[in-house]
Amino acid sequence: MLFLMAAGLTLIFGVMGLINLAHGSLYMVGAFAAAAAAAATGSFLVAVAAAIAAAAMAGVIVELAVIRRLYVRDHLEQVLATFALILIFSEGTRWIFGSFPLFLDIPSYLSGPVSLPGGIQYPLYRLVLILVGLLVAVGLWLFISRTRIGIQIRAGENDREMIAALGVDIGSLYTFVFALGAALAGLAGALVGAIQSVQIGMGEPILILAFVVIVIGGIGSIRGALIGSLLVGLTDTLGGIFLPELFKLLVAPDVATSTGSALASMSIYVLMAGVLIWRPTGLFGARA
Amino acid sequence: MMRPVLQVEGLTRRFGALIANDDVTLDLRPREVHAVIGPNGAGKSTLIAQICGGLKSDAGSIRLLGQDITHETTKNRARLGLGRTFQISSLASEDTVLQNAMLGALGAKSRPWQFFLPVLGDKNLRDHAENALRRVDLIDFADKRTGELSHGQRRQLEVAVALTLEPKVFILDEPMAGLSAEGTQLLTDLLRDLRNQAPILLVEHDMDVVFKLADRITVLDYGRVIATGSVEDIRKNPIVQRAYLGENL
Amino acid sequence: MISEKALNAILMSLLFCVPLWAWVSDEPFTITLATRAVIFALAAVGLNVALGLGGLVSLGHAVFFGIGGYAMGILAFHAQTYSPLMEWPFTISGTKLMPVIWLMAILFSGAAAFIIGLLSLRTTGVYFIMITLAFGQMFFFFAISWPAYGGEDGLSIYIRNSFPGMNTLDPIQFFGICFAILSLVLWLNVRLVKSPFGLALNAARQSSERVEAVGLDPFRLRLIALVISGMICGLAGALFADLNRFVSPTMFSWQMSGELIVFIVLGGLGRTFGPVAGATLFVVLEHALGGIGEYFLFFLGLLLLVVVLFARGGLYGIITGRADR
Repeated sequence: MLFLMAAGLTLIFGVMGLINLAHGSLYMVGAFAAAAAAAATGSFLVAVAAAIAAAAMAGVIVELAVIRRLYVRDHLEQVLATFALILIFSEGTRWIFGSFPLFLDIPSYLSGPVSLPGGIQYPLYRLVLILVGLLVAVGLWLFISRTRIGIQIRAGENDREMIAALGVDIGSLYTFVFALGAALAGLAGALVGAIQSVQIGMGEPILILAFVVIVIGGIGSIRGALIGSLLVGLTDTLGGIFLPELFKLLVAPDVATSTGSALASMSIYVLMAGVLIWRPTGLFGARA
Repeated sequence: MMRPVLQVEGLTRRFGALIANDDVTLDLRPREVHAVIGPNGAGKSTLIAQICGGLKSDAGSIRLLGQDITHETTKNRARLGLGRTFQISSLASEDTVLQNAMLGALGAKSRPWQFFLPVLGDKNLRDHAENALRRVDLIDFADKRTGELSHGQRRQLEVAVALTLEPKVFILDEPMAGLSAEGTQLLTDLLRDLRNQAPILLVEHDMDVVFKLADRITVLDYGRVIATGSVEDIRKNPIVQRAYLGENL
Repeated sequence: MISEKALNAILMSLLFCVPLWAWVSDEPFTITLATRAVIFALAAVGLNVALGLGGLVSLGHAVFFGIGGYAMGILAFHAQTYSPLMEWPFTISGTKLMPVIWLMAILFSGAAAFIIGLLSLRTTGVYFIMITLAFGQMFFFFAISWPAYGGEDGLSIYIRNSFPGMNTLDPIQFFGICFAILSLVLWLNVRLVKSPFGLALNAARQSSERVEAVGLDPFRLRLIALVISGMICGLAGALFADLNRFVSPTMFSWQMSGELIVFIVLGGLGRTFGPVAGATLFVVLEHALGGIGEYFLFFLGLLLLVVVLFARGGLYGIITGRADR
């Protein structure tokens, strides 16, 4: 799931050279749209579609109104402007929906466990999530490497002026890429919204995780995003289980549990810092 | 023969499969102007970066006054006596002309670790910087913001910053690029004067300037030295004429 | 248009006189607000050394702010519970003395800045922003899940720490302490900008290769800048904790780091007094708009957007009529 976020973010980051802190807000918009649509129609598929549409639309509006002016600015101003967008989105959503969390139910045909070969019980919905993630990964890869727009995107990544000189409308290309990234975030929001509650500020923690993922993977690399999200997921889960155990070998159990879990929550950031120190442009990053 | 100040031997640099510089050997003797010329993409910029420390070399060695500096950092090379100018001006454009020169003076004395007393109040450093500005005729513009200087003045300031370092060798990366005829004349006179202080390795496109100033010329083509010699030798050299001058003259 | 110097003077005297007036007319809440502004200003001034002068966009400066806060929290916690901070190799007990707490805050945040800088200054641009963010999150989650000092709930300190010869519980006296520190740091900052180090750091921001070519080491310049910056933020954090008599992990949060940057940009990037103006404006708006409704952050977001997009010199740029520095 993290991969969906990260993929959208890395697309925007890599292609347009933009740090988009507001990506988490688009995720939140997706989740809220899904919740609202589900409440109105009762259909989960409609809700997901609504989430994608709403996030993409918000993406287009934001791109046209604000982001467009930021490409030529430095990182500091990008960080600030998108930080401002977070504030606006969060409070705006609070305005419309109030501050109570909403809930989005997993549809009955996707709930319940399935038996995997080997007799392991696994929630069906999570399996679907993984499948969707893989589908998006393959789809994006095909899109980027095979289609005409994909080629333009990659060209724009390397040389903005060149592609403009070739007569491609770089403005609408960027709007499109941004909307695509936003749609992915919206999709992620809707899908996750069904597991967790939909609330204000739900975007920020996952935003930061997504940043960790793409930084580890190397900015602009879809493959990096995939591997980064796997690494982060693994580190987080394994760290939570093994670190307290590890510490029990060294110090008294109660201290071990607390220190261990404290360290576990830091582990992915340690991982990221470690990767950056080892390879200052991420695992698959080519450009500084 | 006098011992060379700067010796470059067998310097090689590859970018993947592309060989930017292949076995480049040249030296710089006291009081001489040694020009490096060559068509675009011949490896001149790469060579400068290798000598000054921005790029690592795959093979070869660089010696300054007999000392091997092949593996020194850029910073240490500057301290040991490489004073360079940049092709694309890299002055601190928000600062004043004097401040830029002061930076060079700070570097020369390697004393930036002072946090309290105003730098412009340091008489010693300031004299040092102002002398350099005087040499390049910029003293009247000392308080002007560097970003507001004309292109030619910025070139002069580049030289002034290099001057403050009191280098053993000047390495000038296309100092005349983009200058007017008048500006070129001014800077040419300045360089003629500069050589008495330290020898100059001059990378330059403007052939008039090269023929006027240089004692020796090295011609690079596709990263290889195709000829080295006096101005006359180079003028007459048929290989050079084919590879380079043929296009221009 | 007013000159920058005059604006500095107006700003500082306003910041000083308003609480004084509030003291006379017995409005302690206004004094507390002003103290809050002064402390935020101090932290932003600290960040400005790295950001404005050094060009280091750090999204993790809350680390130092938080370390300062926890230095105060931990020392005072041990003092109020009469438990020693550590017993081995020698006994250290907690303290309620401000100068000692400040010293500790400065030392620890400086050390943290040194280590973080050593690791993160290897990267540049976006990666630097992200790695500082990562360090910030590390500290944030550590503080949350470390139960010895309150974990997620934070630590309450019942009585404000003391300063010899003063009654720190009196709002105006505490304000005086904070204001004096801010003034001192600002003065040192002005000197720093003009010092050889300031010149070299400033040049390193604009042209790293140039600084190297004159034989200076940009990495070291930036590292020292980060340490100085971290120390000031740490001191601000200790004061902030004392103002609230409470420390919590939110002091480490990345929103805090973001807000510090906001102060600087609202006020005007690259000006010594810009962060002061920005922090003051922030606190005033927070108070004024907080009255209208709970949507203060919405307006702050809009305002910030406008400043970034259209008024790049911030408040100082608008008033002095010069967009650049």
